[in-house]
Amino acid sequence: MRAIFKREMRSYFTSPIGYVVVIAFWLFVSMLFYMMFSSGAAQIGDIFGSAFSVVLILIPLLTMRSFSEERRQKTDQLYMTAPVRLTAVVLGKFFAALTVFAICLSITVVFMLIFCLYITPDWLVYLGNVVGMLLLGSCFIAVGIFISVLTESQIVSAIGSFSVALVLMLLDYVTSLVGIELLQKAAAWVSFSERYNSFTTGTFDWANVIFFLSLTAVFLFLSVRRLDRRRWA
Amino acid sequence: MIEVKNLVKDYGGHLAVKNASFTIRDGEIVGFLGPNGAGKSTTMNILTGYLSATSGSVSVDGYDIVEYPHEAKKRIGYLPELPPLYTDMTVGEYLNFCYDLKKVTLPRKPHLEEICRLVRIDNVYKRQIKNLSKGYRQRVGIAQALIGNPDVLILDEPTVGLDPVQIIEIRNLIAQLGKNHTVILSSHILSEIQAVCERIIIINKGVIVADGMASELSHSLSQDHSLTARIEGPKAEVMKLIASIRGVDTVTATGAKDGKALEYRILPLDGVDIRKALFDRLADRHWPLIALSSNELTLEEIFVRLASDENTEFVLKMQEKKEAEQNEADADQTETEENN
Repeated sequence: MRAIFKREMRSYFTSPIGYVVVIAFWLFVSMLFYMMFSSGAAQIGDIFGSAFSVVLILIPLLTMRSFSEERRQKTDQLYMTAPVRLTAVVLGKFFAALTVFAICLSITVVFMLIFCLYITPDWLVYLGNVVGMLLLGSCFIAVGIFISVLTESQIVSAIGSFSVALVLMLLDYVTSLVGIELLQKAAAWVSFSERYNSFTTGTFDWANVIFFLSLTAVFLFLSVRRLDRRRWA
Repeated sequence: MIEVKNLVKDYGGHLAVKNASFTIRDGEIVGFLGPNGAGKSTTMNILTGYLSATSGSVSVDGYDIVEYPHEAKKRIGYLPELPPLYTDMTVGEYLNFCYDLKKVTLPRKPHLEEICRLVRIDNVYKRQIKNLSKGYRQRVGIAQALIGNPDVLILDEPTVGLDPVQIIEIRNLIAQLGKNHTVILSSHILSEIQAVCERIIIINKGVIVADGMASELSHSLSQDHSLTARIEGPKAEVMKLIASIRGVDTVTATGAKDGKALEYRILPLDGVDIRKALFDRLADRHWPLIALSSNELTLEEIFVRLASDENTEFVLKMQEKKEAEQNEADADQTETEENN
């Protein structure tokens, strides 16, 4: 797993993709921070809340290559024929993407320090926000990795993940238009944004933590199964 | 070392490998020969655990590749048809990555240095793989297969796309590696297999049509041991003379003419060399022998013949027949057992 992790990290930062994602994220949240800060109503939770859709758009860029490119270049033969478990391969790639994502989030520490100059910020609320963001990120990275296992083309992989992101973002709007109560309840239960936003408002609900963690596990597990299944195709 | 039993690979209705069985002993250098699309790569991919067989089993050093993939894969170094290189890495980074991936326990630096010296890539150690020539890439691929010093090396068409000098270099390298490894090598070029391998397995359309030592193959498979001779002289008397030579089974005139000479086909008895006697006897009578040639097939011709579709179908039918007989025998046996 460590070998794969190291190689993935290297690959993120020898190609432009790692820098693009990190810098795009930093630019966006910094802009949010500046706007909110200058209007005098800055809350760290608000920044995290607004970053939701950006995260959903940037993560497919991190995961689109992971397995698709290996398949296309036939480098998958290396780890498929080496004495390693596929779980280790998937986890290595997962943690590498998560690390890049964590690097994206690191800029929020700077925001907190700037807050410190004026007020005493609530670090616990901040921590809750970061945990929420990491959970959302890991869940969506797992989804992205699963989609990249399915296809040989990075583009298809990216578009697939974008589509899922779009559905997740639109879910709340669509359900509010449909009047059926059961459907609304179901949508609210799946809704990433609803669950994520409860972190940003400072409530730490274990149900949400478990929701994201288990979804992550499910998609990573599916990726491993799907990779293994390829041998039989 | 490697035991393959009744291997079948079904790609959704297309049978790429049909009931292949063979055993490879420790230290052998085996050539896997077949035209393009014969099922060589598929077989190798199954041997290395990249693909799973539809049915049948593969075991490496007693470890089944499906049940104990870790143990089996540890013993195999694999160079696929397209070397699995991460082109954005340098040779050094790549080999270190493979070292980590395969969880090798040998001392890192000396081990990698030894491999680089062996395949002669130490001078490009710090260069990015994408900037290397095809020959060097192939060698980096072989280096990758050597990491961890596996007992078995499986090389899928290692010389495809190389220039003649590089081909000879890689060939020498394989011969050298064969001294302390079991090597399986695939190719669609006979001369290449002939140059390195002691044993040849010929495969066509997923069926193993021949398996044996190179020298055995050329003798036993060329059913025609007859000679063709062109001799100047009166036809009837010449034929009588040839027929009187010891060891000659039959002689016939083919009817072909070469100037004044006539062509004869002479079939000697099994294992008798009549060429010298033929020459002497003709010289006595002053009947010049213009040409004498053996009709024994060259390895190249045998390959073409064996890999022909008719022969493949023939082998397949024989296999099925044998199997049916086997099943019948089994059934009989169980019947008698039941009766007892």
